[in-house]
Amino acid sequence: MTPERPSIVIIGVGNEYRSDDGVGVVIARRLKAQLPTEIKILEGSGEGASLLEAWQGATSVVVLDAAHSGAPPGTVHRFDASTEAIPSAFLNYSTHAFSVAEAVELSRVLHELPPHLIVYGIEGSNFEAGVGLSPVVEDAVKLVVARVVSELRH
Amino acid sequence: MKSRTIKVDYLARVEGECALLVKMKGQQVTDVKLKVFEPPRFFEAFLRGRRFNEAPDITARICGICPVAYQMSACHAMEDAFGVKIPDPIRALRRLLYCGEWIESHALHVYLLHAPDFLGYEDAIRMAKDHPLEVQRGLRLKKAGNAIVNLLGGREIHPINVRVGGFYKIPKQAEFSALAEELKWARDAAIETVRWVATFPIPDFKRDYEFVALRHPDEYPFNEGRLVSSKGLDIPVREYEQHFVEEHVAHSNALQSVLKERDAYLVGPLARYSLNFDRLSPVAQEAARSAGLDSVCQNPFQSIIVRSVETVYACDEALRIIGDFKMPDKAWVDVEPRVSTGYGCTEAPRGIIYHRYRLDDRGVILDAKIVPPTSQNQKTIEGDLWQYVPANIEMQKDRLQWRCEAAVRNYDPCISCATHFLKLQIERE
Repeated sequence: MTPERPSIVIIGVGNEYRSDDGVGVVIARRLKAQLPTEIKILEGSGEGASLLEAWQGATSVVVLDAAHSGAPPGTVHRFDASTEAIPSAFLNYSTHAFSVAEAVELSRVLHELPPHLIVYGIEGSNFEAGVGLSPVVEDAVKLVVARVVSELRH
Repeated sequence: MKSRTIKVDYLARVEGECALLVKMKGQQVTDVKLKVFEPPRFFEAFLRGRRFNEAPDITARICGICPVAYQMSACHAMEDAFGVKIPDPIRALRRLLYCGEWIESHALHVYLLHAPDFLGYEDAIRMAKDHPLEVQRGLRLKKAGNAIVNLLGGREIHPINVRVGGFYKIPKQAEFSALAEELKWARDAAIETVRWVATFPIPDFKRDYEFVALRHPDEYPFNEGRLVSSKGLDIPVREYEQHFVEEHVAHSNALQSVLKERDAYLVGPLARYSLNFDRLSPVAQEAARSAGLDSVCQNPFQSIIVRSVETVYACDEALRIIGDFKMPDKAWVDVEPRVSTGYGCTEAPRGIIYHRYRLDDRGVILDAKIVPPTSQNQKTIEGDLWQYVPANIEMQKDRLQWRCEAAVRNYDPCISCATHFLKLQIERE
């Protein structure tokens, strides 16, 4: 248990041994190198109930996950959980008996949703066992890192 | 003849490969196939050429829900290979870490994945609208388990503090004591959970399984013991491959484990409980009895009760370990690599995980074998459906399909260990 909860939490979700599934974790690590230390940056497996705990008490949350929705690989989806439901076709490729989308909706039902919760879903192309991102997904990483940094400034 | 097909994407609403197929003709079941995919095969290849001390952290990534189980089996296998004995205080802390994983994994499954099946909800989100207090209790219980894993594992979610020989760093005494208050609440909540799930409508179903679990001279098993079964198996872990074999089956990418002498077997809570009831603490035994369980449980739908009883035990055992805690002199014992083969088997929340590594004189892994619980239960799950479906063949197709899914969920199949999607297909001719 962490006694002090920082108000901004960034959570990268995925499995780096499942190729593009690890994109959220890769983005979280890049952000960690750029952002002030008071912003809490976590890596998650995508097991949803842990996410509920990770963002509990935070005022602003960014979740980064791989998506598998049929859009072209590298597409960046962005959802504002405070105004819309997360389509469950997203963000639940690998582990995810209880996924990011379900964690958001369960939080909402229990009235525990953080005031600001943004979910980025980066469309992957290869989810096979293996390490490393597809080039087109690697390009999306740079884009999302820049967007999150800019978003946190405002 | 009329043929009907039902497809359900039950985990992810995307098209993918069918994971469970049930075929029926009239009143008879003609085929049941469960398909799983096996990341361990990739990891076995990935581990070759790596050093022994990388195995705990690499294999922990096989599963997002039970990383501790993989770490523990990997550590025990390496320590077996190098002939190292772990001092009692470190051993106790490993049990404590395992308690944390059981609590979080069982609470997740009981409350968010399995309870909706019995209460008639499509998922936990819909269930939470009507049962918010129960869901909140489940989440808090899970959090009490996470707190142990976070403390001993060194960070939230993926533990990184486990090493061959012990831990990188032992938390301070006060940090352990700080867990106790919440664990007392958790033990009561777990007892309450047993009472709650005992009221669920449980299908009348039984099979004469061959249960396989670890058995220790005086503990409910986590890390150590002999491999025993309800049909007379009693072997040291290192003889696993002399008795268990993985068979390739055409319909699945995965290998199905069977006992050479007999056939399919069952690992996990039902097996552990039925082979080790006498090793449960009094409070856990009492919880089981008050829920109407005997000391052997052969109804897989009652696994939700058994998981809840094991959660009581894990909270109770965690409190005992914290109460008896003695700071080890050193956080780990040194190991000396040598040419060897090491064997490890520990009790993941879903059942035994077996690891075997062959190593050279510098501790480089020459080959690895990993057998997760879900692939061991695969054939038994199919067997349940062969028996369960005919007995319920008159059910409407939607309902039957849902019951089949619930029957698979009895095993808490580890999605990341075993499969990406569990899709269900029922064909009626």
